[in-house]
Amino acid sequence: MSATPAEVQTVVAARRLREAESVFIGVGRPSTAAILARLVHNPGLVLVYESGTIGAKPQRVPLSIGDGELAESADLIVSVPEMFNYWIGTGRIQVAFLGAAQIDRRANLNSTVIGDYDHPQTRLPGAGGAPEIATGCREVVVIAPHSRRTFVERLDFLTTTGGRTTHVITDLGVLEPGADGELTLTQLHPDVSTEQVRDATGWELKMADQVRMTDPPTGEELAALRELVER
Amino acid sequence: MRIAHTCVADIVSLSEAIETLVHDGDSVALEGFTHLIPFAAGHEILRQGRRELELIRMTPDVVFDQMIGMGAARKLVFSYGGNPGVGSLHRFRDAIEHGWPRPIEIEEHSHAGMANRYAAGAALLPFAVMRGYTGTDLMRRTQVKPITCPFTGEELVAVPALRPDVAIVHAQEADRDGNVQLWGIPGVQKEAVLAARRSLVTVERVVDTLARRPGGVVIPGWVIDAVAPAPRGSRPSYSLGITERDNDFYKYWDSVSRDRDAFRQWMDSHVLAQETATL
Repeated sequence: MSATPAEVQTVVAARRLREAESVFIGVGRPSTAAILARLVHNPGLVLVYESGTIGAKPQRVPLSIGDGELAESADLIVSVPEMFNYWIGTGRIQVAFLGAAQIDRRANLNSTVIGDYDHPQTRLPGAGGAPEIATGCREVVVIAPHSRRTFVERLDFLTTTGGRTTHVITDLGVLEPGADGELTLTQLHPDVSTEQVRDATGWELKMADQVRMTDPPTGEELAALRELVER
Repeated sequence: MRIAHTCVADIVSLSEAIETLVHDGDSVALEGFTHLIPFAAGHEILRQGRRELELIRMTPDVVFDQMIGMGAARKLVFSYGGNPGVGSLHRFRDAIEHGWPRPIEIEEHSHAGMANRYAAGAALLPFAVMRGYTGTDLMRRTQVKPITCPFTGEELVAVPALRPDVAIVHAQEADRDGNVQLWGIPGVQKEAVLAARRSLVTVERVVDTLARRPGGVVIPGWVIDAVAPAPRGSRPSYSLGITERDNDFYKYWDSVSRDRDAFRQWMDSHVLAQETATL
């Protein structure tokens, strides 16, 4: 059975952590990708969750960042002020995986509100840890679904700045900032066309001179991912 | 371990603690970062009909969704208003988007901002200094100001100290003098207790002596006003080693809370009609 777009996205995100020392993750697909990376590519990878668990070794994908398994398997557990002031703010954590409801061409993120702030059409959860994670961790990888709803010309609210973003991994491909800082398509997932990516992006998307093709998930990657999600 | 001190926390029933410590109009922090969320105390506040509260929590979670949906809050101070791993908090959204059951004032921060505000409150300092917020739209929507380091000239930001009227946290155990120990994810519980003018700790159990745990956080009874037994008092959140997080409930809450009538009915039968936990 071939991989779904969501599976390709997760596998590609996991590959980004092959060489990483440590990664900061929230819940959902980023968490699945990081756990997969530990299983398949990088057993020494230090997983850090906002709840204060550093070096967590979950065997299942947690529903919340504070699930008991994270606390029980962590190397150390710290308070929230310590997490942000000693660990995140100082650049001690290498990579951060972030998601968002909206992203613009500079990789700025909105997770606060759709519509006007005072009279929102949709009130989103808000900043959480993202603003300081994005300026504290050394490298930011954004994981987001590729659609015009998410990839917008203009954010309704700028929650998190995109200055440290190195990759945006979507279900269609991978975007990286060019020399001018603008996101550029550098990689296409299997069976995806550049037209498809253009259509799903709310601005005139730049293309790299050489757009690479994503290596399809290996049998090992896919089997490990499916087994993990089943647990 | 015994902490010897003449001034100890009163061990009282949860209903007595809420009656004494939480008043209409108070600013009330209920902390617990995904772990040890003081649900029983939040429910008792609703049963006693407290109104016009300024509710403070980094992650409002289901407990504040319930309190906001029942109209107990005039203001919410927070940093992440989602149902972790599930999606929206529908009562929180309905209050902000449609003013139901009443309009609610909001003041939002980042997690780092809230954590530093509590830490400054615990230190009885007027503000905390941090790197953050810069370049975001939060700068003009919340209480944060640029500040220059007097030693290096670095541009930083200041956030005002949080000093809630009351802080309520949940812990695994207390001894008979009201010394509290919690372990697992410590969140901002200690900071919230020390930052607040009055404090209540609800506990899973009262023991003769606290057996110190590796990584355990001890809050001595002499900085706590009251300790109230509330077994299973953090469910559907959890108390590590005693109860487990009820992930299914968090998913189920999504369906209950979507509809105003279904929400009210659920609260009537599962919270308002319930007996208060007693000693």
